[in-house]
Amino acid sequence: MKNNIYKELQNRILVLDGAMGTMLQCYQFTEEDFRGTRFKDWPVPLQGNNDLLSLTQPEAIKEVHAKYFQAGADIVETNTFSGTTIAMADYEMEELVYELNYESARLAKEVANDFTQREPSKSRFVAGSIGPTNKTASMSPDVNNPGFRAVTFDELRLAYKQQAEALIDGGCDLLLVETIFDTLNAKAALFAIEEVKEEKGIDVPVMVSGTITDASGRTLSGQTVEAFLISMSHIPLLSVGFNCALGADQLKPYLQRLSQKTDFFTSAHPNAGLPNAFGEYDQTPEEMQELIESYLEDDLVNIIGGCCGTTPDHIQSIAEAASKYKPRAVHREVEV
Amino acid sequence: MSKDHKYLTLSGLEPLVVTPTTNFINVGERTNVTGSRKFLRLVREEKFDEALEVARHQVEGGAQIIDVNMDEGMIDGVEAMTTFLNLVASEPDIARVPIMIDSSKWEIIEAGLKVVQGKCVVNSISLKEGEEEFIRQAKLVKRYGAAVIVMAFDEEGQADTYERRIEICERSYKILTEVVGFPPEDIIFDPNIFPVATGMEEHRKNAVDFFRATQWIRENLPYANISGGVSNVSFSFRGNNTVREAMHAAFLYHAIQHGMNMGIVNPAMLEVYDEIPKDLLEHVEDVLLNRRDDATERLLAFAETVKGNKKEGASKNLEWRDNKLQERITHALVKGIDEFIEEDVEQARKAVERPIQVIENHLMNGMNVVGDLFGSGKMFLPQVVKSARVMKRAVAYLNPFIEAEKDERSSSLGKVLLATVKGDVHDIGKNIVGVVLGCNNYEIIDLGVMVPPEKIIQMAIQEQVDIIGLSGLITPSLDEMVFLAKEMQKNGLNIPLLIGGATTSRAHTAVKIAPEYAKGVVHVNDASRAVTVVGNLLQEEKEDYKKQIRDEYEKFREQFLSRGRQKEYTSLKQARKNKLQLDWQTYQPFKPNQLGTHVLEDLDLKKLGDYIDWTPFFRSWDLHGKFPAILEDDIVGEQASALFNDAQEMLKRIFEEKLLEAKAIFGLFEANSINDDDIAVKISSPMGEMPKGQRRLFLTLRQQLKKRDGVPNIALADYIAPKTSQKTDYIGCFCVTAGLGADKLAKEFEEQHDDYSSIMVKALADRLAEAFAEYLHEQVRREHWGYASKESLSNEELIKESYKGIRPAPGYPACPDHMEKQTIWELLNVEEKIGVKLTESLAMWPAASVSGYYFAHPEAKYFGLGKITEDQLSDYAARRNLSIEEARKWLNPNLAPR
Repeated sequence: MKNNIYKELQNRILVLDGAMGTMLQCYQFTEEDFRGTRFKDWPVPLQGNNDLLSLTQPEAIKEVHAKYFQAGADIVETNTFSGTTIAMADYEMEELVYELNYESARLAKEVANDFTQREPSKSRFVAGSIGPTNKTASMSPDVNNPGFRAVTFDELRLAYKQQAEALIDGGCDLLLVETIFDTLNAKAALFAIEEVKEEKGIDVPVMVSGTITDASGRTLSGQTVEAFLISMSHIPLLSVGFNCALGADQLKPYLQRLSQKTDFFTSAHPNAGLPNAFGEYDQTPEEMQELIESYLEDDLVNIIGGCCGTTPDHIQSIAEAASKYKPRAVHREVEV
Repeated sequence: MSKDHKYLTLSGLEPLVVTPTTNFINVGERTNVTGSRKFLRLVREEKFDEALEVARHQVEGGAQIIDVNMDEGMIDGVEAMTTFLNLVASEPDIARVPIMIDSSKWEIIEAGLKVVQGKCVVNSISLKEGEEEFIRQAKLVKRYGAAVIVMAFDEEGQADTYERRIEICERSYKILTEVVGFPPEDIIFDPNIFPVATGMEEHRKNAVDFFRATQWIRENLPYANISGGVSNVSFSFRGNNTVREAMHAAFLYHAIQHGMNMGIVNPAMLEVYDEIPKDLLEHVEDVLLNRRDDATERLLAFAETVKGNKKEGASKNLEWRDNKLQERITHALVKGIDEFIEEDVEQARKAVERPIQVIENHLMNGMNVVGDLFGSGKMFLPQVVKSARVMKRAVAYLNPFIEAEKDERSSSLGKVLLATVKGDVHDIGKNIVGVVLGCNNYEIIDLGVMVPPEKIIQMAIQEQVDIIGLSGLITPSLDEMVFLAKEMQKNGLNIPLLIGGATTSRAHTAVKIAPEYAKGVVHVNDASRAVTVVGNLLQEEKEDYKKQIRDEYEKFREQFLSRGRQKEYTSLKQARKNKLQLDWQTYQPFKPNQLGTHVLEDLDLKKLGDYIDWTPFFRSWDLHGKFPAILEDDIVGEQASALFNDAQEMLKRIFEEKLLEAKAIFGLFEANSINDDDIAVKISSPMGEMPKGQRRLFLTLRQQLKKRDGVPNIALADYIAPKTSQKTDYIGCFCVTAGLGADKLAKEFEEQHDDYSSIMVKALADRLAEAFAEYLHEQVRREHWGYASKESLSNEELIKESYKGIRPAPGYPACPDHMEKQTIWELLNVEEKIGVKLTESLAMWPAASVSGYYFAHPEAKYFGLGKITEDQLSDYAARRNLSIEEARKWLNPNLAPR
């Protein structure tokens, strides 16, 4: 499978899916829906635990994946953005982390296989989504105690290791460490992935995607685009890119800088613009398509998709645009 | 990074790429307990603040990497390394450079690698413990994402000859690249710098062998780098800094020639190679290059003769004082230096016929340079305001001479009248615009704050002004501006109107103000644009420009209105049905520890320092970006830092000299929501004139925008238990001010022609008031009310509002109704107790004040009311006992188009 995606990337721009959360909102699941029968007596409220829906509302998750494949996505992300013991602590579901990730990967892979079977000329891939957790390893949550850390590298490493193992066991074709606002968190994830690779004696392509928080052009933990790239380039990555926080137009200058400086493939999955006064994303598929076209014209990306606020309609528009352009040229030996 | 060029790349918050064209990379070495007694003492005594200063000093002094070493018997190295590097991470001006984690103990190195986000250098690993351990450590270094220094050390010991050096380095390189898969460009060899001139025969070749080994490595081990600790070489001359500095410089010179590209160097202990006296250099190089048998004896003897001469302290750079007069004046204006301006202006005055010519020529020439630099983005607002300070000093100096000449003709480009509208007291932005326009040679007539419309019109006619500029911050000011536009039309004025201020917008100007006045209305969103706009409005082809703006606004208006119609609203009745239903059955309201009202006086302002949210401060100076990242911003960073330093200095003065006074009052009361949208407040403790047990009503407004299923139409009243729940709930309200004394202080600065400091004081007072509100809310949550007694949040979390409960303020999105302030004033007796007044538009005076309510329900969230429709307007008017017209005036900005 690995060779497969490297080869595909030589030939064309791959399309990543859009937002999972935005799609799930449409179902308007209630607390009861989130709980299902299995968790009906769970001691803490579960509404909002989207990752849990892979267990309690699997049909909805599969439907979202299918909609994105239908729209033209080559890669869908598993519904596991918060699938670590650290992020699941809010719901007291640390024990369920392996199962959540395994099942999410399995569901996505099932849908992907279905699509690949129907259209064998176009392989569909599943990327295991590895989010940043809700804690930061290089920043203090307490202004009076800047040396304090709410989470350590080793805690993150163990949590990520468990997630990565389950995602791989569940059938993911690649892993996507995304929405990186603190590079140290992501370094712990890469460390864990390397351990898993070594222990299982396998190789799995890894995508890395940082988040530039605002017009300062830096990650939340303060790194510039270049510093972020340097800090992430010590293991062979499938791709490096950016997602979330910004719309496609605000993200472009940073993507340009990244694209110039790396020989990895590049990716971007920006938000559907910036949120309006009501916190909603209102950039239309057409508007976003136009912005993405400007990426493609400038030869900036190999993998393109959407983050917050994007829908299958957005992905369809993006896929249409992507099909018209050649992928960004990368000077490197294909690893076969 | 790119593979066709393999360079060592490192990172802190910023990148460091070592290419053949980068100069020698110097590594700061003072944060090393083995090399700095001071640092050791600071770490031992856990004076980490001061230890951080050592690091900061290094970076400011030009260190491109800082070496951190905690290897000392009395220190827990793992703990000290972790703590110190965690602290470094929170100091962006230090953390911008990569860290070199220096230890002879692997566990300390690993502890360091676990807390640094950037790509570090590990200093060091070696074959000392054998291949297995070397491979294990190298693998981990790679996995943590660091580069590595490899010491020329193996199982046999440290390499001390040329042959041993290259043998060990080659073996290490092979293992690293072939077994571990370590990127060769991330390998840095330290081939051991040993002392020379020790008197021992075997040490004579120490430097030469290092040079030769360096060259061999560079030629034979592709992409590898060379580093070393330079001060070792001069070890035998401790106490003789002149010789040591010369030795370091000469050693580095030759080492770099041979390929050394980084090293641990104390910049304070380094002479410039070209400035080493010839005779000293010759003696030093004889030793380093092992050129004579008696080199050591000769240098020792020579050293005695050059002992202890000191370097002169660098004096202030005043070279520009030697330039020509105009250049000096321009320099002073551009740099904002007022030290010599009167002297220079006096010289200029003597050289011209009439004193006014100094302004017209010398000073305006200088200010034109400032204007150009500002216009092209090479200068920033705080600098321009400083320039204005110099300009004002100069003009003030010249004024008596001009007066004496009794010449009234000034050659201003035009007269601009500025005013903050009736009922509003906010003037920071207006003052900045005034200064900027003033710098550009416009005459400014500033009518100040709370200026009634008739006065604006009367003065405009009387003074024959060319432009009127209006400013306002609170929402009622928007209507005041509309009203003024109408009045100008009625009075047949023909003067363009500029609109500015935080709540104003192009949308509001285009939709609400521009249609009322035919002679030109322009929205100006920042001070730098004011100059261009005013210039355009006063040029020959101004009618074209006005028409262009009019067309633009017309188009915008059409778009805006057509968009507005698409919004769907629900009736008030429906909205109330769809209110936020909290579960009151299971909810137990937390009874405040201290009901009733409380006054805080004489608060030590210093306490508020940590609560300041700096981002809006920079915004008020037209510098956009988030704090603290803005200080590092590529474009405005330098300016932001300078401004921030000035602000810190002013804050220090404010704190130490108690220039401002802060007071607060708050009250916690029993309350229930009634009739859906009202909150009935019970006064249960004796206070002021109000009889015990009397009720007051807070009137809240309900969202009416049509929501998707399951999303409620919220009003603040939803957060308070309804009367029908039969539970006693609670509400709080407050007013804080940090502006007592601000006006007086600002005026003092203005009188000294120091607008910069005047604006600074006001901007800081605003920040302190916000900080005070934050601080007070925390105190209330933790103690007085006490429902969050265990809370511990950082300032960032406070800014992000991660706390439980909310403190919405009247006039802001959740409750845009300013009239609620009157109820708060009545309830708390605010004016009498802490001296904060309400103006006729219900702005607070002093301006640096904040008032609002406290809601404690854990699900209480900030929200925006959005637009409301006519049915709620009439319902509100009845509840408030106002005529519909009166109510419309107050709620106008929130009314949906009919």
